[in-house]
Amino acid sequence: MEYKQTRQGYVDALIELARADPRIVVLDADVSKATKTCDFEKVFPGRFFNCGVQEANMMSVAAGLALEGFIPFATTFGVFASCRAGDQVRNSIAYPKANVKIGATHCGISTGGDGASHQANEDIAIMRSFPNMTVLVPGDYEEARLATRAAAGMTGPVYIRLGRDQYPVVREIHGEFVIGPAKLLRDGHDLTIVTTGIMVSEGLEAARRLAERGIFARVLHMPTVKPLDEHALLEAARETGGIITAEEHSIIGGLGEAVGGFLSGVAPTIVRRIGVRDVFGQSGQGQELLDLYGLRAADIAEEAARLLVTAGA
Amino acid sequence: MLDPAKLRSLEDKAREVRRSIVEMVYRANSGHVGGSLGAADLVVALYYHLMRHDPRNPKWPERDRFILSKGHCTPVIYAVLADCGYFPKEDLCTFRRPGSHLQGHPYHVKTPGIEASTGTLGLGLSTGVGMALAAKLKGERHYYYILCGDGEMQEGQVWEAAMFASKYHLDNVIAFVDRNYLQTDGWCEQIMPLDPLASKWEAFGWRTCEIDGHHFVGIIGAVEAAKCERGRPVMIIARTIKGKGVSFMENSPAWHGAPPDREQYERAIEELDHGV
Repeated sequence: MEYKQTRQGYVDALIELARADPRIVVLDADVSKATKTCDFEKVFPGRFFNCGVQEANMMSVAAGLALEGFIPFATTFGVFASCRAGDQVRNSIAYPKANVKIGATHCGISTGGDGASHQANEDIAIMRSFPNMTVLVPGDYEEARLATRAAAGMTGPVYIRLGRDQYPVVREIHGEFVIGPAKLLRDGHDLTIVTTGIMVSEGLEAARRLAERGIFARVLHMPTVKPLDEHALLEAARETGGIITAEEHSIIGGLGEAVGGFLSGVAPTIVRRIGVRDVFGQSGQGQELLDLYGLRAADIAEEAARLLVTAGA
Repeated sequence: MLDPAKLRSLEDKAREVRRSIVEMVYRANSGHVGGSLGAADLVVALYYHLMRHDPRNPKWPERDRFILSKGHCTPVIYAVLADCGYFPKEDLCTFRRPGSHLQGHPYHVKTPGIEASTGTLGLGLSTGVGMALAAKLKGERHYYYILCGDGEMQEGQVWEAAMFASKYHLDNVIAFVDRNYLQTDGWCEQIMPLDPLASKWEAFGWRTCEIDGHHFVGIIGAVEAAKCERGRPVMIIARTIKGKGVSFMENSPAWHGAPPDREQYERAIEELDHGV
C-alpha cells in the first residue's frame, strides 16, 4: 500500500492555486516546517507571512486580509487553531463570514510522539459548532489536495482538517471533490459504515472483512462534516438500518454525534461511534496509537457485528 | 491649521454626538455610555476632519478605514455614522433591539460604514493590522485608524498585533489608546497596571505620542504628524475622561456599561445642551 501525507496535499494545492490566483496568501505561526507551508514560502516568499508564535493574532490578521479581498490560508496545528485561537476563529472569521481558510495539521491521535497536548481530538466538535463554518476532513493526500482547491473556490470560512503522519492512498475517493455530498464507496444492505478523514481506509477494509463473513456493509465517506449530507444518511438509514461512524476524533461532538443527532430526529437508527473515547491521548508512533485507541478496521468490523446482534434482538 | 470656525463646528458636532449617545443608550436601556462619551472627540475629529470617506459610497476603495477595537463603544460610532448619512438617524432607536442592524458590538456584515466586526477585545487591532498589510500588498495609500481601549491593552493579542505591525512596517496604521484609566471593574492601574504605556509601545517599535484626547487641535496635529511617519506604525495615547460631558458620569467606573434612568437621562441631556 502507498502512504502519503494529507498536509502535503494541502500545501501542493496552495502552490497550484497561487500560480493562478494572486489573491491567495498563506500565513503560518512558526510551524511552517511541520505544516509544510515552508514549501509555499520557497515559491511565493512575498505571499507568505510567518506570524511567529501568534495563533490568535494570525486568525484576526487573516480576517483583515480577507476583508480587503485576499484569500488567506491560515495554517497551524489543529489544537492551536481550534482551542488557542478559538475566540478569533469564532468572532473574527465565522461570525462575520470572513473568506478565510484554516489549514489545521497534526489533527487526531496519529499526531503521535508530541502527545496529548498536540493531538487535536476535539477540533471538529468546536469548528462544526460555529455557524457559517464549513468543515472538511479529507481522507488522503489527493483528497486533501482537492478539498483545498474546493475551499479556495467557495466564499466563506472553511476549516480543513489534516494529519501529521503518512496515511494510505485510497483510490476510491479520488476524482471530483464537491463540498457537501458524501461519497458512496461500496454498496451494501446490512448496515452502513460512515467514515471521515483517514478512517476511510479502515472503513473500507472493515467492509471487506465483513463481506467475508457474509455481512454486506455500505461505505459512505464524508469528507465534508459540515454541511452534513443529510440525504445520503437518510437513505442509508432507511435502506441498511444500523450505522457505524468512524473518525479519528473524540466520539463527543464529531461526525458520530452529527450523524446521530440528525438521524434521531428523522429516522431513529442505531448509530455506534468509533472514535477516541473521551480520553486524552499519549505519546507513541501514530500507527501504534491508532491500534491502541481502537481506530482500526478490526474495531469497526467488531462493532458492526455487535450492532447487528443488537438490531436483530 | 484649524480655523476657529472649523474648531467651533467640531465642538458642536461632538456635543450633538454625545447627545445622541446618551439618547441611544437610554432608549435601549442597555449599552456602554461612559467610554462612548469619552471617545467622542477622537471619533468626531476623524470623521469630520481627518478621514477621507464618502457616506454615499461606503465601499469606495480609496477611503480611510476606521476600526473600533474597543467594540463595546458602538454608540459613538453609530451616532457618527448616522449623522454622516451612512444610514438613517431613525435607525438609532433600534440599537440593541431584535432585527436591528445596530448590534451591541460592531458587525460589518449588517451595518453600512462599519469596517470590521469586533467585540472580544484585541481582535480589532489585529484585524486592522491585517487590513493594513493587505493595502500595502496592493500598493494602496489610505490609512487605518484603529481605536483601542486602555483596558484592552491587558489582552495578550494586542501585543501580538503590536509585534506584527512593526515587523511588516505598517506605517498606514494610526492607532489610538483611549486612555481614560478606567475599565469595567475599576481603575486600570489597580486591576492590571499598564503604565508606562507609551514606553511599552515605543519598545514594540511604534512611533508613540501622548495627547489630550478632548483637544481637537492636539488630536489633529498628532494625526498629521503620524501621516509623516515612514516605516513604522503610530500609536497615539489619548488621555480622555470616561463619561466626558456629563458631570455625574465623568471618571466613574459605574458608567462603563450601565444605562441612565429617566431622571439621569434628562439631567444628562440638559447638561449637554446648556452646560453644567
